[in-house]
This record gives sequence, structure tokens and C-alpha cells, in this order.
Amino acid sequence: MPEKLTSRNLLNQLQTRHYTNAYAAKIKGQLVGWATSIFPQEFCETMDLTVVYPENHAAAVAAKRGALPLLEQAESEGYSMDLCSYARINLAYMKSQAAEIPIPLPDFILCCNNICNTLIKWYENIAAELNIPMILIDVPYNHGYEPTPAAIDYIKSEFGECIRQLEKITGRPFNHEGFRKVMILSNENSRAWKRVLDLNQAVPAPLNGFELFNYMSQMVCARGRQETGELLKLLIEELEEKIKLGKSCYEDGEKCRVMWDGIACWPHIKHNFKAFAKNGINIVCSSYPEAWVLLYEPGNLDELAKVYSMIGNNTCMEYQADKREREVKNFKLDGILFHVNRSCKVMDFMQYEQQRLVAARTGVSIMNFDGDQADPRNFAAAQFETRLEALKEIVAHHKSAKKSKEVTNNDPA
Amino acid sequence: MTQLKELMSALDNAAKHPAQVINKCLEEKRLMIGCAPEYCPEEIVYAAGMLPVGLWGGLTSIKNANQYFPAFACSLVQTTLELGMRGVYDGLAGVIVPAHCDHLKCFGQDWKVAVPQVRFIPLAHPINRKLEAAVEYLKSEYSRIKSVLEEIGGQPISDQALSEAIEIYNDHRKTLREFTLIARDYCTTITPSLRHNVIKSGYFMDKLEHTQLVNGLIEELKKAPPEAWQGKRVVLTGIMAEPNEILDMFEDYGLAVVDDDLAQESRQFRTDVPQGTDPLEGLARYWSCMEGCSLLYDPQKNRRFMLKRMAEESRADGVVACIMKFCEMEEFDYPIYKKTLEEAKIPLLYLELDLVTPSLEQVRTRIQSFAEMISRKR
Ligand code: SF4
Ligand code: SF4
Repeated sequence: MPEKLTSRNLLNQLQTRHYTNAYAAKIKGQLVGWATSIFPQEFCETMDLTVVYPENHAAAVAAKRGALPLLEQAESEGYSMDLCSYARINLAYMKSQAAEIPIPLPDFILCCNNICNTLIKWYENIAAELNIPMILIDVPYNHGYEPTPAAIDYIKSEFGECIRQLEKITGRPFNHEGFRKVMILSNENSRAWKRVLDLNQAVPAPLNGFELFNYMSQMVCARGRQETGELLKLLIEELEEKIKLGKSCYEDGEKCRVMWDGIACWPHIKHNFKAFAKNGINIVCSSYPEAWVLLYEPGNLDELAKVYSMIGNNTCMEYQADKREREVKNFKLDGILFHVNRSCKVMDFMQYEQQRLVAARTGVSIMNFDGDQADPRNFAAAQFETRLEALKEIVAHHKSAKKSKEVTNNDPA
Repeated sequence: MTQLKELMSALDNAAKHPAQVINKCLEEKRLMIGCAPEYCPEEIVYAAGMLPVGLWGGLTSIKNANQYFPAFACSLVQTTLELGMRGVYDGLAGVIVPAHCDHLKCFGQDWKVAVPQVRFIPLAHPINRKLEAAVEYLKSEYSRIKSVLEEIGGQPISDQALSEAIEIYNDHRKTLREFTLIARDYCTTITPSLRHNVIKSGYFMDKLEHTQLVNGLIEELKKAPPEAWQGKRVVLTGIMAEPNEILDMFEDYGLAVVDDDLAQESRQFRTDVPQGTDPLEGLARYWSCMEGCSLLYDPQKNRRFMLKRMAEESRADGVVACIMKFCEMEEFDYPIYKKTLEEAKIPLLYLELDLVTPSLEQVRTRIQSFAEMISRKR
């Protein structure tokens, strides 16, 4: 009897296929693009373009412990060690193509700065070095709670410009009917992805947070595609089944529910995983995977502009604090572990105030550690372990204090 | 000659002791608005009858700002926040903070909490600045800032006042362009540090007054024949060439600054605001006309060619990259123009600058070896 296909297996198949198909396309002489992780893929999906995602690739390279040689290569070319490690890995890869997982070089690039402005500088360098066209969708930083009407108009005009540029690059017209279909499908997938994330609100949580990072890759690379829907459907079934059985992903049950704030430390992910398990801490959600929940009314370009503009990193202090507060409540969190990520300035430089705000509003326990998403040198295992233990202790302390308070409150005398 | 000396010392002093200039403003009860790096619509502030004051951080240690920033934020945002938290800017009626880079986006949000006594006036420029829609969008940002300033000042800002401010600023820009050209011929008198201070003093003065002083300086300089310069000539590129000590080091090792591509200096005045019937639109369009800065979207990296041309036209012996530590905007551009300059055989020095923990001795050694290296070249 053939083994039942698990979502994990399907994910691996889809990710492998994603990279091999891209290579095959290049060999066949088709155009290949590189895009930033939350570029409005609706446009390239409509044009049926092969696109790979350097951030996703750099993460995969780092997880396979292949980052260091590329990082060193970038530094030897004059890139500062302080720059985002995804950028350094990718810019070095662009020159040497030395990585275990190969991706084809791009014929055009697509950049949206809804996660950071670093991306613009990084992509400019690709465009200049390879002498290829770059499409930029700039979403102005939301210093207010939401984008202004003028900002929405500006972004919509960029959408039009993006279409014009894509038509020019491919020599084909943009199919507006197809665009609608892609939007519908993308929303279905986003809704399913949200369902996956929300299912982890269950106690105990059915999915280990590290797995979320893996499944997230599919949302990065193919959230406008049918097969992603199939994967998510399978995953949801599995999670619902686990919830029904009351199964925790920890054998001895779930003692402490924590949110991982920021990107994973890919080069040390196995270590991190073990350290959590050892402390009985379960990552039940993360601020990061949620960024790929992009819901809007298909065909409504104002909403499309807004949703792509309001990615967490592109929002103001209050918006971010409100979002974290909701997460603490919905996921019944005991703690938040903040990754002070050496690579990612935009995620770090409001973090301290976020920590104060969220702690004050919810009483959640907070801990942070120094790391880097892809540069293995910027992480100290000993510090990480100590911080985790400390978090566990604070949470335990809070819990027992809360309990004794409850006891006192309930004391009829 | 005394006239020249007086002018030089007036400008030098204003740059070194901005507090004096600012106190005068306080006495006159003229409101002041801080303008954070790197590009703010100062003309609107000026048209409101207020004095725009440039905030470019300063050499200081961090005692408070680390509640908001880890150590790897650029020292411009770190020290500006630090000074703000210490109350140094309490005399300002507000501060305009653009969001050019990831550091500035967060800086503005942190300012709001950390320095609540100085009103935060945010600004987000459009990066796709060549699109017509970008002009419209930026105009809306400026229009909001204008309303805030009207509220602070308690009176409306007329189009006429805006047009006049633009004229005064364009005039100022022209004067500074002329100054940087003339300064090249008087490298002994206009030392690197004086050159910097002549330009920098404009951040703390009424532009009319500054233009007058600099014009006077130009006139005085022209009275003497161009000076023969025995040392070497360099062009500076980057955000800014501070702490000031480094400019003295240039002088110590016989290096004259013959042109600059610094955000704090020439990038502010190499382009004029286009004149038109709608002054706010003119200001917004100005942003679309600017070129050659690491903060301006540049997918062909034309900056590298501009830099090469600048070095050639000013007959520079080398280029010095003044890289503010942790400034990714500049750090990404560096490997690209490095290649272009290498191909053109133009020597390039990488100087990592830091206002929090400046390793001045290390910088000195690097400047000295660079000076020796380019001296041997010819
Ligand atoms: S890690 Fe941070 S800096 Fe790097 S690309 Fe992602 S958002 Fe930008
Ligand atoms: S120096 Fe660089 S990092 Fe700092 S504020 Fe300016 S552009 Fe941003």
C-alpha cells in the first residue's frame, strides 16, 4: 500500500519542484525573475512568469550551513559585514553561483519595499551588476496608522507602471481576466494560511512553530498557485485531526506557549529547536509567517495597495503594538522571545519600545537574544540557552504568582 | 584681509557653536523647527516664518538612546535621539523626520515616545520619484506638513511666502555651489574643516543671512589671486564628513577637499527647486529632479559615473568614502562605485566614521597612508 502523503512530504516535493522548474525554465530560454518576498506576486503570476525568491533561497542556503563562504565572498568584494546577511549571500551567489541549491540568474527583478528599504539598495546592485530591468513598487512608510489616500493612489499608479514594464519585458499583453483569477486564488490561499496559523491557538498547539517557518516558504514562493491550496488543505486536515485528539507536539505536553518574534536563525535552527524542546517551550506563533496573510477583495486595487503596504515592518509603533497585543491574547501566550537580529535593522529598532508596550498591556513575559537570520557568526549558543532558561523561569514565576492570586481571590474567607 | 578673516570666523563660529545662533532666535521669539537627515522641505518651514534647524547628530556618548536602539544603529540616529532625550532640542517647536532608510523609519517612531516634548512631524518620500504620481503623493505629504506648521505658528502660509522661500533657497543653493567651486582655488585659506563649516553653518542660520555672508566670503576670496596648492586634492563622498577632527587630519596630511558628494553638503544644493505656479508642487517635483545620492532610487547606479566625473573634473587625486558606520544606504553603493573608480584608476579610501565611538587614531593612520600613497603616484 502506498504511504499516505503527508503535508510535510508534499511541501518538500513542491519546494524542490519550485527550484528545479526555475532552472528548467532558464535552460529552455524562458525569462526568469527574482522577487522580494512580499512583492505583489499577483502581477507576475498573471503573466505566468517563473520567479524565484532570493530571501527564501538565502534562508535555505543558510539552513544547509552553506552561508559562510558566500558571506566571506561578499565581504571580500567590499560589502560590509553589517549588511543584511540575505543580501550578502545573494549578491555573492549572483557572482559565483556557488550553493548547494542552485537558482538561475534573473533576467529581470521585482522589488517591493514593504518589509524594508534595504531591499531597494540590494536590488539596485543586482540590476546594475547584471544590467537588467528592475521593477520597484514603493510603498511609503506608514507613519500614520494606515496609508493615506494619496499613498494608495501613488501605489496604484505604480501597479500600472509595473504592468507596463512586465508587458515590455515579456512582449506579451497583460491578461486582466487572468489577473482576477489569480487574485481569487491568492485570497483563498491566504485564508487557508490564516486558518493554519489560527489553528495553533488551540491548547495544546498542534504545530511546532519551527514548522511554520517551513510551510511559510510555500506562501512566499507560490501563494497565487493551485498546488499551494492543496498543500494547505492537507495541512489543515492534519492539524484539525491533532486538535481533535488533543495532541501536543511535545511528548510531555506543552508547558509554556511562546511567540518567536522575528526571523528564524537559519544556520542554528536545529540547535534552537532542541533547546526549546529541552525547556518544554513551544513556539506557537511568530510575527513573521503572518505577513503572508494578504486578504483583499479580488479586483479591488485600493485594497490590494493597502494590504501590501501594511506589512508589519512598514507600520507605525501603535499598529505593531496592537498587533502583538492581539497575538498575546489570541494565542494565550506566556512569553515572547524577541530575536535581536543583527541583519534586520527595521525589525530591531522599534523592538525595545515594543517590548515595553506589549509587556505593559498584557503582562506577557519578554526575553530577547542576539542572533542573525543567516550569518552563523552572529549567534552565541550559550547566550541563547541561558535566555531560554530565564524565560522559562520568569514564565513559571508569573504563572505561580497568578495562581496564588487566583487562590487568594477565591478565598471565601 | 580683515574682512575675509571676519567672515570666515563668523561662519566657522556659527557651525561650531550653533547654540549661540539658536539662542538669538529664542530671544527674537522666532519659532524653530528641527530638520532631521537627510532631506526636508525647509522652504515650507521658512515660509511659515520659522527657522529650519538641521539636526545632524553630534559627537557624544550614548546614555539614553540605548533604551531604543541596539548598538548597531547608525550614529546619526543614535546621537540625535540621545541629544533629544537629554533635552538639547527642547527649544524646537517640532522636528520633521523623513523615512529615507530603515534607521530613520524607526528613529521617527522612537522619537515620538522618547522625546514627546518636541513634536514629531513625519514625512515619507516616494522612492519611485520619476513617476508623475510620486509628485502628487509628495505634494500631499508636504501639504500635511504645511498644515501642521500653520497650526504651530497660528497663521496660514501663503503661496507667495512659499514662492519667496523657494527663491531664497535657490539663491542660497547657487551661492553654495559657487563657493565650492571657488574654494578649490584657495585650498590654503579654505581648509577642509573651514569648507565644511562654511556649508554647515547654513543649517543654523537664516538662509538670507547665510547667503549674504557666503557671497561676501566669495567676493573677498576673489580679491586675491588663486593660491598655488602643493598638496593633494580629494573628493569626499558619503553622508557626512564628521566628526570634525577627521577634516583636520586631511589638512595635517596635505589633502585639500576640492569637491564633495556628501548628503550634508553638495547633495543639498546641487539641484534647484523648479519654479512654477504651484510652489508646493515645485517642491515636490524637486525631489524627482535630484540625482546621485544613495537615498535616491538609482537602479543603474549612475552615482558611480557621477562620482568618477566629479573626480575627473575637479582634477582630484583620489576619492574618500566617508561611510557612516551601519549606514546600509552608503554601504551598498560602495562596492559598486569602488569598481568604477578602480577601473578609472582613481584611488579610493574607505573611512568608517562613527560619532559614538570614533576610532580617531585608526582613521588618522588610514588618512596618512592614503596621503602617502597618492603622493607617490605622481
Ligand atoms: S532580513 Fe530585514 S533587512 Fe534583510 S531583507 Fe528581510 S526585512 Fe530586509
Ligand atoms: S546615515 Fe545612513 S543609516 Fe543613518 S540616517 Fe542617514 S541614511 Fe540612514
